[in-house]
Amino acid sequence: MHKTLIRSFVSSLVFLFTFTVAAVAKDVKAAFVYIGPTGDHGWTYQHDVGRKAVEAAGYKTTYVEGVPESADAERVLRQLANSGHDIIFTTSFGYMNPTNKVAKEFPNVKFEHATGYKREHANVSTYAARFYEGRTILGTIAGSMTKSNVIGYVASFPIPEVIRGINSFTLAAQKVNPNIKTKIVWAFTWYDPGKEAEAAKALIDQGADIIAQHTDSTAIVQIAEKSGIFAFGQASDMDKFAPKAVLTSVENNWGPYYVDRVKAVANGTWNQKDTWHGIGDGMVVISDLDSAIPADVRAKVNQLEKDLASGKVHSFTGPIYDQQGNLMVAEGKTADDGMLAGMMTYVKGVEGDIPK
Amino acid sequence: MLMKLPLKNLECLWEEEKLIKIVKRDQPSRAIFFLTPVLAIFLTLVSGGLIFYILGFKPFEALKFFFIVPIADMYGFSELLLKATPLCLIAIGLSFCFKSNNWNIGAEGQLTFGAIVSGGIALLFYDQEGFYILPIVILAGAIGGMLYASIPAILKTYFNTNEILVSLMLVYVSKLILDYLVVGPWSNPEGFNFPETRQFSDSARLPLLVEGLRIHAGIFLALAAVVISWFIFYKTYLGFQMKVSGFSLKTAKYAGYKGKKMIILVFLISGACAGLAGVGEITGPIGQLHREISPDYGFTAIIVAFLGRLNPVGIIFASLVVAITYLGAETAQIFMQIPKYTGQVFQGMILFFLLASDYLLFFKIKFIGSKK
Repeated sequence: MHKTLIRSFVSSLVFLFTFTVAAVAKDVKAAFVYIGPTGDHGWTYQHDVGRKAVEAAGYKTTYVEGVPESADAERVLRQLANSGHDIIFTTSFGYMNPTNKVAKEFPNVKFEHATGYKREHANVSTYAARFYEGRTILGTIAGSMTKSNVIGYVASFPIPEVIRGINSFTLAAQKVNPNIKTKIVWAFTWYDPGKEAEAAKALIDQGADIIAQHTDSTAIVQIAEKSGIFAFGQASDMDKFAPKAVLTSVENNWGPYYVDRVKAVANGTWNQKDTWHGIGDGMVVISDLDSAIPADVRAKVNQLEKDLASGKVHSFTGPIYDQQGNLMVAEGKTADDGMLAGMMTYVKGVEGDIPK
Repeated sequence: MLMKLPLKNLECLWEEEKLIKIVKRDQPSRAIFFLTPVLAIFLTLVSGGLIFYILGFKPFEALKFFFIVPIADMYGFSELLLKATPLCLIAIGLSFCFKSNNWNIGAEGQLTFGAIVSGGIALLFYDQEGFYILPIVILAGAIGGMLYASIPAILKTYFNTNEILVSLMLVYVSKLILDYLVVGPWSNPEGFNFPETRQFSDSARLPLLVEGLRIHAGIFLALAAVVISWFIFYKTYLGFQMKVSGFSLKTAKYAGYKGKKMIILVFLISGACAGLAGVGEITGPIGQLHREISPDYGFTAIIVAFLGRLNPVGIIFASLVVAITYLGAETAQIFMQIPKYTGQVFQGMILFFLLASDYLLFFKIKFIGSKK
């Protein structure tokens, strides 16, 4: 009795399974897991713009927003993998371990984890953008336009990604103006308009007349607009939030990569990769330059953008010294990706210490 | 929790109609006391359906994806239990405080600090195996939670501070301590300076109950807390003291109860429960420390405690109800593209309707019939 019951149950399960597989094999379905709300106008917003590009290319997509990096992430991932999605993009660092764990259980589903380094299974790829290239452009503009020679920088967390951004920004600014100092305020958040605004005000009080940010809200550019100073947008083109203050923004442009990877799944050509794309591949985009930027700076920046794209100029070209004056990169050399990935020291010209 | 509502005006308004009369009860109704949570859930479902309808979704389908689909299989049910475990554990602890008029709002901080202490111990043993590791790790979490809860308790008893403010502010302190530790001294040396610790060794992890599911032995901690708290509430002198203090602090004083000892004790129990919930998360499904170990379980558990009427058995049911709002929000977004934040709307509505229907505890509605 029991055996027949179990047998019929199993066979119906098998039937159901083959049926579902047959049903989804026709068209590829992509899923996206977001850390914040799609309306944050920063990190998550840009990933969702990328998702819409995938939709526009003719593929079905699903997303789940506001997924905490706690134990909940794993459940959401498993549910997406279990409900007919062929490729899942997990768009925050904290999803790294859950992504690899769930990937093990679903070898036929492809997983793409943003900004992580673990690819424990053949169906896990990682991707990130060379935002520091964009920051080289911002640093050049800031160094050319500051009058107080104090540039403010609101940072999120002391991790290599952020330190690298501060360094590339400072190096570029020093190149055009050796007297500048970069002052850092650590907000210890990726997205908190209140805290970010406080940080911006603190920097303005210390004499900063241009503020860069490595946090995602539009609070900082809005404070800059009110205070009559300049700022740079982060992740998306923030010009509309502070038309006078925003000189330009570094946009995260995930669309082309997402479309590429989903197509690869559809064609059966998807393979494990570690992608780190910059301006050249279009993953990092510089928004339109504001009219407040003088013509000579504009020309310099346009040329720099081309040279960064072609690889003629590297953001970290020696000689580079750290705060104590020790040589980090020798003259004529450029920093390799290994050094960039683990960068945890400030270059000369950055004020303060990295919080430990 | 028992509050007197000034409702004279409302009474007059109804009186004029003479159809319905609202009469004050001599005593709060015991049946209503346990019925109002059910009523609150029902009203939440109705309003939820209405909201879905206004947003342009089919209300019944949406409710089905919210409350039935997530637990339709074994895996979903195990996830429900996994989610309910910390909520139940914390709410049991909080009910000790709330029953005795101590407003501990900082369970989230006690959870975080418990997780920090037990995580620290687990990291000490990261490359070791042994049966003795897990008990030490669990004990450390309970002690961590107790230590952290003792701060508002001692400040309240000896310095007359407001425990609501102190316990709430300490939540943010604990999160900053955790941030500092995972970014700095405790960060994984092989982790490229990302804000997370090493993975704990298997000996520091709570055993899984079923292979392939995430439900872990932490559920026994929650069940033990339910049984023990029931015993304390209804069978001990401490439980009686708490009850009297809850009804009237003056009576408690008159009866000669030494309030200070009891206050500190309920805070310690509450902190231990929250700390254990933190241990359950980091040694259960997470397996390491990082910045987000709890999606505000400590705050959501306040809803659970009240929805469960500060009754251990009620809290079990309440934790399951609230847990499903989390799972349902995910399912509804995946399958129907309903914004995930509706889950929080549901949690808010449950508490709102519960507090509103508490009106029925003190007043009854009499139908007189129309005067034709």
